[in-house]
Amino acid sequence: MAYGETAHAGHDDHAKPSFVRRWLMSTNHKDIGTLYLIFAIVAGMIGGALSVMMRMELAEPGIQIFTHLAINPVTGQPDLDRARQIFNVFISAHGLIMIFFMVMPALIGGFGNWFVPLMIGAPDMAFPRMNNISFWLLVPALGLLVMSMFVGEGPGGGWTIYPPLAVLGNSSTPGGDASIDLAIFALHVAGISSILGAINFITTILNMRAPGMTLHKMPLFVWSVLVTVFLLLLALPVLAGAITMLLTDRNFGTHFFDAQGGGDPILFQHLFWFFGHPEVYILILPGFGIISQVVSTFSKKPVFGYLGMAYAMVGIGVIGFVVWAHHMFTVGMNVDTQAYFVAATLVIAVPTGIKIFSWIATMWGGSIEFKTPMLFALGMIFLFTVGGVTGVILANASVDQSMHDTYYVVAHFHYTMSMGALFSMFAGFYYWVGKMWGVQYNEFLGKLHFWISFIGVNLIFFPQHFLGMAGMPRRIPDYNDVYQGWNHVSSMGAYLSYAGAILFLIIIVEAFMRKRKVADNPWGEGATTLEWTLSSPPPFHQFNDLPRIK
Amino acid sequence: MALAGLVAGMVVLTAASVPLYRIFCQVTGFGGTPMRAEAAPDTVFDRQVTVRFNADTDPGLPWLFKPEQHLVEARVGESKLVFYRAENNAAHPVTGQAVFNVTPAKAGAYFTKVECFCFTEQTLQAGQKVDMPVSFFIDPAFMTDANMKDVTSITLSYTFYSQTQEAAGKTAAVQ
Repeated sequence: MAYGETAHAGHDDHAKPSFVRRWLMSTNHKDIGTLYLIFAIVAGMIGGALSVMMRMELAEPGIQIFTHLAINPVTGQPDLDRARQIFNVFISAHGLIMIFFMVMPALIGGFGNWFVPLMIGAPDMAFPRMNNISFWLLVPALGLLVMSMFVGEGPGGGWTIYPPLAVLGNSSTPGGDASIDLAIFALHVAGISSILGAINFITTILNMRAPGMTLHKMPLFVWSVLVTVFLLLLALPVLAGAITMLLTDRNFGTHFFDAQGGGDPILFQHLFWFFGHPEVYILILPGFGIISQVVSTFSKKPVFGYLGMAYAMVGIGVIGFVVWAHHMFTVGMNVDTQAYFVAATLVIAVPTGIKIFSWIATMWGGSIEFKTPMLFALGMIFLFTVGGVTGVILANASVDQSMHDTYYVVAHFHYTMSMGALFSMFAGFYYWVGKMWGVQYNEFLGKLHFWISFIGVNLIFFPQHFLGMAGMPRRIPDYNDVYQGWNHVSSMGAYLSYAGAILFLIIIVEAFMRKRKVADNPWGEGATTLEWTLSSPPPFHQFNDLPRIK
Repeated sequence: MALAGLVAGMVVLTAASVPLYRIFCQVTGFGGTPMRAEAAPDTVFDRQVTVRFNADTDPGLPWLFKPEQHLVEARVGESKLVFYRAENNAAHPVTGQAVFNVTPAKAGAYFTKVECFCFTEQTLQAGQKVDMPVSFFIDPAFMTDANMKDVTSITLSYTFYSQTQEAAGKTAAVQ
């Protein structure tokens, strides 16, 4: 795949490694990037299937679907409490899979590995073997998480695994089990993977830029990855510490978060969100980088306000560490603390606004081509702005008192994540698929995929604003009949979106079957970054002679 | 190496957050942590606050635990003594420890206890009944804090947990 005929015309002359050597012991950043992308697609389909099951359940009031998963083996009758628990287990698994095993592997591991070295003119990542272990740690991590769903009751606490629920019942107490322990191990292993990856990216970007590629000349995608991995490096150890304390609370009799021994469950919330809030920027910042590249390419203009764009991301990263308590306005903070977190949160709208308006200014007066990547980029800008606006509303502590844990919050973060991050991933995929594997996607199918996804996700999540404002709580499989109408619409949207996801798989298969050849630079004068100076696909090893940047 | 040090540093900070958070809460009364003092102040103001009492018992502790009065009217700065009643229903001695907080949480900084059964572990013999004292006052600084203007009642809440080994095993989540 990464070996085209053109590749051999290049400067790699050594023998082709065997399949096992190439894919299981890979040290090549492009192959590892490909592995990450495959992993993310598989995990995304699993996580998406979980959410479709939840929407099937929520299509009507009452509990109909999950009862089939909760048949009591003795009586043969469905066990309603078990069904509710399984619904919550699905919620936990959906959240964790989408965050740790879909978005992060795709954006950082996949596109980051592929294009950070190419864009800065480096031959590979700084630590190729560490790169390999970063990927292969993710596979057992996903395995542990999936196992946790099938052990005992399963982890029903959501991705936030708050105590006291998460410390109740370890495997040596009656009625308890090790499911949450397995989920904690999954997070530990995935966290180690990300930390190693982050160290690798920082070293690569700071030390391996081609001559003349100063920090202020780096493409914005590289900037976005640099900021993201710094956030990872600072935030993930906090999560690791917090969940280790949770683990010892569960199994070794400590009382960090257990009021019984004088601990405080609120402390876990503080630690979790000190990680959790930077984490949501970790999910979206690489997407910002991709959107900058795509918008600039298809408007045939350099990005408007390059330095502002780069430092807006730095600003988002820095402020992201000092707003965590806006996730916990309802824990009984005093009004001054709430006021601070409201103000700090609102400040984030400033750098984010700089990014949105700079993208618009980039398009302004440009010669815009509406190819599939550009459609996804425009969709992302529009939908992310909607999510940002509801975020500004939720940032107000007074409003949040009533919105907290309703579907309004669900709608808000899915507009930023499920649409912002996912659409930027699709934009990146269509933008780079020809470069990565030398096969071009079908333009008609790509546009169809965009419109199905765009209509689908809006059908899912826009009605959830209405449901949340009407007071429908999150994480509950049943609801009052008054909420039925919009829930039904939302579920229809979920089916349509999943059809879009299947179409995406078909598009990949179609592209690899038809093998449409791709020029070195299929996008023309707008594509100015270094990866477009290489063949499509790029040679197995590139930049043996470092490019010079003026 | 520097990056690995950064990771280690963040882990250490996380571990240090537990004692730091406890000290922070005790010093500031954050999150409704009541304050402790040796003696009551001299000045008493006219402003009255209703202090309500709540009691909860962990299912793992075979005690009947309740306040002997639902509320008292306390003037700011005035020292008050109230009692909780605890009774061990088990046929063997049981040791418990109470944890406490006050609502609204912002009043925690001004709710000061001179003496409380919650400062130490309590052991009740089989069938034993005891009255457990709480002596408290509302700090005079309560008068000058603008955030306290709307506070007309404060709830003091205790939850008694078992400290006896076999019962201390955490109650299972779902049966």
